[in-house]
Amino acid sequence: MSAEGKAIRPAATGYIGQPVPRPNARRLLEGRGRYTDDMVLNRMLHVAFVRSPYAHARILAIDTEAARAVPGVAAVVTGRDIAEICQPWVGVLGHFPGLKSAPQYPLAVERSCWQGEPVVAIAAETRAIAEDACEKVLVEWEELPAVVDMQTALAPETPVIHEELGDNLAFGLELKAGSPEDAFAKTAVVVEETFSFGRHTGVTLEPRSLIADFEPGERRLTVHHATQTPYQMQDVYARHFGLDEEKVRVVAPDVGGSFGLKLHVYGEEMATCALSILLGRPVKFVADRLESFLTDIHARDHQVRARMAVSAEGEILAMDVEDVTGIGPYSVYPRTSAVEGNQAIRLMGGPYRMPNYHGVLKVVFQNKTPTCQYRAVGHPIACGVTEGLVDMAARRLNLDPLEIRRRNVVTAEMYPHTSPTGYFFERLSHEECIAKIEAMMNYSSLREEQARLREQGIYRGIGFATFIEITNPGPAFYGVGGARVSSQDGCVMKLEPSGRVRCSVSVTEQGQGTETVMAQIAATHLGVKLDSVTVLTGDTQATPYGGATWASRGAGIGGMTVLRAAQALRGKLLELAGIILQRGPETLDLREGVIVEADTGMARMDLAELGRIAYFRPDTLPPDFHPDLTVARHYVPQGLPFAFTNGIQASHLELDPETGLVRLLDHWVVEDCGTILNPLLVDEQVRGGVVQGLGAALFEECLYNEAGQMINGSLADYLLPMASEMPDIHVDHVSTPTQFTPLGAKGVGEAGTAGAAAAVMNAVNDALAPFQVSLAQMPFTPERILRALGKIPSS
Amino acid sequence: MDPTFPITLTVNGTEMVREVPVRQTLADFLRQTLGLTATHVGCEHGVCGACTVRIDGRIARACLTFAIQCDGAAIETLEGMAESGKIADLQQAFHRRNALQCGFCTSGMLVTAAQLLEENPRPSREEIREIISGNYCRCTGYHAIVDAVEETAEARAKSEPEGAR
Repeated sequence: MSAEGKAIRPAATGYIGQPVPRPNARRLLEGRGRYTDDMVLNRMLHVAFVRSPYAHARILAIDTEAARAVPGVAAVVTGRDIAEICQPWVGVLGHFPGLKSAPQYPLAVERSCWQGEPVVAIAAETRAIAEDACEKVLVEWEELPAVVDMQTALAPETPVIHEELGDNLAFGLELKAGSPEDAFAKTAVVVEETFSFGRHTGVTLEPRSLIADFEPGERRLTVHHATQTPYQMQDVYARHFGLDEEKVRVVAPDVGGSFGLKLHVYGEEMATCALSILLGRPVKFVADRLESFLTDIHARDHQVRARMAVSAEGEILAMDVEDVTGIGPYSVYPRTSAVEGNQAIRLMGGPYRMPNYHGVLKVVFQNKTPTCQYRAVGHPIACGVTEGLVDMAARRLNLDPLEIRRRNVVTAEMYPHTSPTGYFFERLSHEECIAKIEAMMNYSSLREEQARLREQGIYRGIGFATFIEITNPGPAFYGVGGARVSSQDGCVMKLEPSGRVRCSVSVTEQGQGTETVMAQIAATHLGVKLDSVTVLTGDTQATPYGGATWASRGAGIGGMTVLRAAQALRGKLLELAGIILQRGPETLDLREGVIVEADTGMARMDLAELGRIAYFRPDTLPPDFHPDLTVARHYVPQGLPFAFTNGIQASHLELDPETGLVRLLDHWVVEDCGTILNPLLVDEQVRGGVVQGLGAALFEECLYNEAGQMINGSLADYLLPMASEMPDIHVDHVSTPTQFTPLGAKGVGEAGTAGAAAAVMNAVNDALAPFQVSLAQMPFTPERILRALGKIPSS
Repeated sequence: MDPTFPITLTVNGTEMVREVPVRQTLADFLRQTLGLTATHVGCEHGVCGACTVRIDGRIARACLTFAIQCDGAAIETLEGMAESGKIADLQQAFHRRNALQCGFCTSGMLVTAAQLLEENPRPSREEIREIISGNYCRCTGYHAIVDAVEETAEARAKSEPEGAR
């Protein structure tokens, strides 16, 4: 027994809270990642699509004869061909009463409803041949009037996109709490603004990709898929193609970014699977960037008329908002396009004590690319509107923006607290976050510098955004509405004969560090060294069924499955060790991979020895004893519908009134995600999220012309944040662990994106204050800034 | 079918002769013909930088270069640079600092950063940001990448006596 003799002390917190670098990142740094497009299967075909050139058009005829004749083409299929083997889908859920959408097919059948909608799919030996053949397809179109402007989508003279639905209203909702009318009638100050949040898109650097591989003999479908949610896609493929669920395997290899974009059902993915089923051969689809711009889900696209009632002392009394948001021609399946608007109007005013609220939501159809959940769903809208109004009120009352927030946030003694829209906050830390950011950014001297520079004609702005963030969603999120999206997750943990540990878990990795965090939790709660734990994710055939990764649920929910499995396996291993050592298991402990005497820490045997005996010499164990060396545990988030987190962000920028250019100087974030499992990874989640919010604030916008044509659908035209334009992002934390789980961890993936754009908006308007103008339309382009300043004519 | 032409080139130090279709890009040639999949394809129009390689010692977009243009050229991809050990310190700094998440931009980012450090051994943070602006990253927010490149430059400067370069 090699480990015998030395003493090992119990670890205090183990690997929890340690800044452990990700072991799986080494492979990526060698260029040895394995993304979907890196894989080649025997007899694999490549698919390309003929797409609608119109925003709205009827298909009169499709002539595919010339395309079929191209050498190397294996199949040319239309919407009708695929509809025969694939059930259409409708993106509605029961917990959004009144939400409506029309049946959607992998390829348009009678009409196309947005520019870029796939119409014909061609499978060929190479992508180039498939694209050549696409050019030979002749589609006869009858162009129909397109619904482009969401503000007139509901007007009686506007054509209805889906006649059978009656109108273009996909979903409507009205919320009311307290007496907002009274508050507005009696209050000292009312501030009012119309906020616009541009339509943008996720732009994962790896485009959407999959290889569908159908085996006709057993009717097995294997899909190598760059997805966040392999189990959801397993369910979708099984149901819509009529396959046995257990014969559908979805494997997510390395995934090159997701941000919510890679969990929706897309026509191209379904058509690729259909072609594999029809041909009995593997078929690969990798979107090119131009296709991505037209068919990846878009996001945001809100116009919000909002007002806020504030007392003379700066107390926020009420908000009244009307949010109109355009979602394209369909509610996206299976999660629906109502979630963003629903969250936006429920998160309004969330950080504050505001007692009265009125919110109206109108989700409308339009002939543009469908929109759906993207990082920080609804949060930037609520945060932008609320924080924008708070700053307007502060300016009106001559209050410091940090002071007005301090006077209004929900304070420590008020928890647990329920917001006017029904959100339950276990314990948030707004006051601590405000105090911390004030010190961190050296606020008072920054203000002095700002005043000094203003005299020299240099216009700097400082903007704040307090935010709350929805994480760790339970079944209330999708399951109760009828979506087959799991809210529980699972972990299988096994002792290898070598004494090492293998952990298979249903949450997935797209680079955020899921596997590393799961290993930290496993090693800590099992009592082994971190490098002896290997984590497997992303394969429906090899891992337990679960919800996977979205809405910042991986660490908090996935982590609990691992914690429960580790505790269970630890109990089994101590029981086995007790039998071998002929001692009560309660007198033993597992530390750093060694069975020790609990009281003295004296090492008795390591796990390799335990594994050797259990697997290869069980004849030395008592009769009727069958050691369990693998355990499975699941976890369901309970007690709370979500775990809310909170924080505050600050932006410091310089605005050139001559050019309209904004230069970001610094950005600060203080956030509270409860127990910090790995500070290295948490900080990088925050920073990455912030930059996606900065993109929305200054650069990113999907622009359309009056005919519903996207006019900037390339990376050369659509502006993304580049390194030279981004500031350093300073991150700090307050830690308020949730008491609902022993892990105490909440999510952190949305936090940065939730508040960054609002902070920039307030900083831009702070910089513009000497000119008595302000802006409320994102992104804040030089053109919009110059128009506001009257330097160029307003449009 | 596309006509093909023979080219002679060196890839990661190995000389080879290959028949390439006239319209095949260098990125597709590296990935599909040679199986060198570190070179990623993110936009195919020269903006994102995920396909960055070195052609005759200079960084270039493999998606905007036809394979047939590389007749007689020496190509280096991340695989070759990594296997040579020359950028091990840079890779380690990226790892320690978590200067990558999904990894899709990382190959191009490392190739660009390596070139920067060769040409400008002590770049400022602004210079680092300027040079890597040709490489989009959607996950990290760039801050950690700037840190990792800066840290590598500092460590290299410390390990070499003043004026040794």
